[in-house]
Amino acid sequence: MDFSQQISQYVISGLTIGAIYALVALGYNIVHNATGIVNFVQGEFVTLGGMMMYTYYTIFKIPLLFSFFLSVATVTFIGALIERGPIRVAKSKAIIILVFITIGLSSTIRGTALLIWGPDNMPIPSFSGEKVIRVMGAAILPQHLWIFAITIGVVIFLQYFFHRTLVGKAMRATAFNRRAASLVGINVNHMILLSFAMSGGLGAIGGIIIAPITTTSYDTGIMLSLKGFSAAILGGYGNSTGAILGGLILGVLESLGAGLISSKFKNALAFFILLLVLFFKPTGLLGHGEADRV
Amino acid sequence: MFSIIKKRETFLLVIFALAIILIPLVVKNKYYIIVMNVVGLNTIVVVGLNLLIGFAGQISLGHAAFYGLGAYLSAILTTTYGFPPWPTIVLAMIVTGMVAYFVGYPSLKLKGHYLVMATLGFSIIVNIFMGELDQITGGPSGFPGIPHLSIGRLVFDNDFKNFYLIWTFAFFCILASLNLVNSRVGRALKAIDGSEIAANTLGVDTDRYKVKVFVLSAMFASLAGSLYAHYIVFISPRNFDFYYSIQVVTMVIVGGMGSVWGAFFGASLLTVLSEILHVTEKFNIIANGVILTLVLIFLPEGVAVGLFSLYQRRKISSLIVPPQKN
Repeated sequence: MDFSQQISQYVISGLTIGAIYALVALGYNIVHNATGIVNFVQGEFVTLGGMMMYTYYTIFKIPLLFSFFLSVATVTFIGALIERGPIRVAKSKAIIILVFITIGLSSTIRGTALLIWGPDNMPIPSFSGEKVIRVMGAAILPQHLWIFAITIGVVIFLQYFFHRTLVGKAMRATAFNRRAASLVGINVNHMILLSFAMSGGLGAIGGIIIAPITTTSYDTGIMLSLKGFSAAILGGYGNSTGAILGGLILGVLESLGAGLISSKFKNALAFFILLLVLFFKPTGLLGHGEADRV
Repeated sequence: MFSIIKKRETFLLVIFALAIILIPLVVKNKYYIIVMNVVGLNTIVVVGLNLLIGFAGQISLGHAAFYGLGAYLSAILTTTYGFPPWPTIVLAMIVTGMVAYFVGYPSLKLKGHYLVMATLGFSIIVNIFMGELDQITGGPSGFPGIPHLSIGRLVFDNDFKNFYLIWTFAFFCILASLNLVNSRVGRALKAIDGSEIAANTLGVDTDRYKVKVFVLSAMFASLAGSLYAHYIVFISPRNFDFYYSIQVVTMVIVGGMGSVWGAFFGASLLTVLSEILHVTEKFNIIANGVILTLVLIFLPEGVAVGLFSLYQRRKISSLIVPPQKN
């Protein structure tokens, strides 16, 4: 394998994992825009997506397509439950308290997942076989194509949803100015509920489509979600185009760094980038104004 | 020194000091002493973190890293390079404080909760380095053979001696925190937590205070880390992972954000609880999560304060005749 082949191989696997980061980053953004909180349960949505898929598809032998939608629906429902339950019931609505509640919930869910599914890595078969496709010398698995296709599909759907539908526009209005939104008759509480549900669905999709490549376990979500978070910051927190861009850039940099320099510190790279962005350009690549210095 | 501490607190401090002196004389069970030593170490970290969360209103998810920096700096410098232990503890605190300054300064200048992300990212990086720089740190299998601390002939080589050592430091950390809280700086910090902009217009340099208290809390954690390393004489990256950061934050919240004694209470309660649940690590994750979530939902002021105010409210409401419903 010559050098250019190697590079294209790294870029392909970087884009694959980057797509997952992008989905996670989008999930963070949606909740952040609706509520102003960092939702640490995001990582558990990813885990649960993979685990549900494992349960429905591998254990119950439900056909692939149904398993997929069933898993996404289940995690979407869990996302909604989190808003309806703990977040809604909380006595204090201070941001710092709500963020900590999501941290607590994330441990709770991770611990529950450990009890239900155990500590082992669960394999999920690829959606359509393992036959390697060669493009420019790089080996691509069909699963890679699935990841790209599904991510692109999700992004197009979100774009349509937020810009062409009434509910999507109402969500954007809520993100822009909650008070003004409620004054024009938007039920802000419903929008917040919807944001949690959607971030649950997005996380689940990420967890499901990556599982055939990386396998899934009760704690896969932690690293994926923390890196997705870095991707969100890199792109500009709250900005959806930024989230996608941030995710892909982070994925590719990580893959190139691991392949060409050293794989030892692969996991640290995302967080170096996070710190660099926070220190030198806290608005991220595409963000604007949100991180004002007072 | 005690002048700015209220009378009630002086009383509590005296009781606390007496308890520290008496406990090892009464409790002969080694296991209980070990648990209490862990409580003491956690108390030092939590008292510092409480200043940051409770008074400056900022979240850190990186205190495991500062705790770990203290431990690893002490371990490596004394064991590998033969530095004298006591000055190394101070050196580790200074280095950790400087690192905290570089992490905290840029993110605390930003509005919003950027510190939580910066500290989170930073602590993951530190943890990865602890595991990967195996030539220096011993890697994932840990760093053994750290010397015990000693003063002259007195070597702190058993749990009872370490009890006095650790709790003496814990005592002085609590004392220092109480002093700080009741001082001009403490009032400035409370003002920041109340309203940063208001504090700013009243002439409080909010950025500087926030960075200072963050650095101070990191130094407390470093001190606890060094003591841990010299007490257990073995450290590994697992002691300083993300999970520990969440655990100390939980202790602050359970104890009641902004209460120094609450920090001690939270550290004791959760350390003992996690010790009870230690049978299997499985339940530890769940238990911590459930406790954190429930306390935050129903008693956001902390367990002690929250239960007390619930009780008060019930007493008051029983005195008021309920309004007639039509």
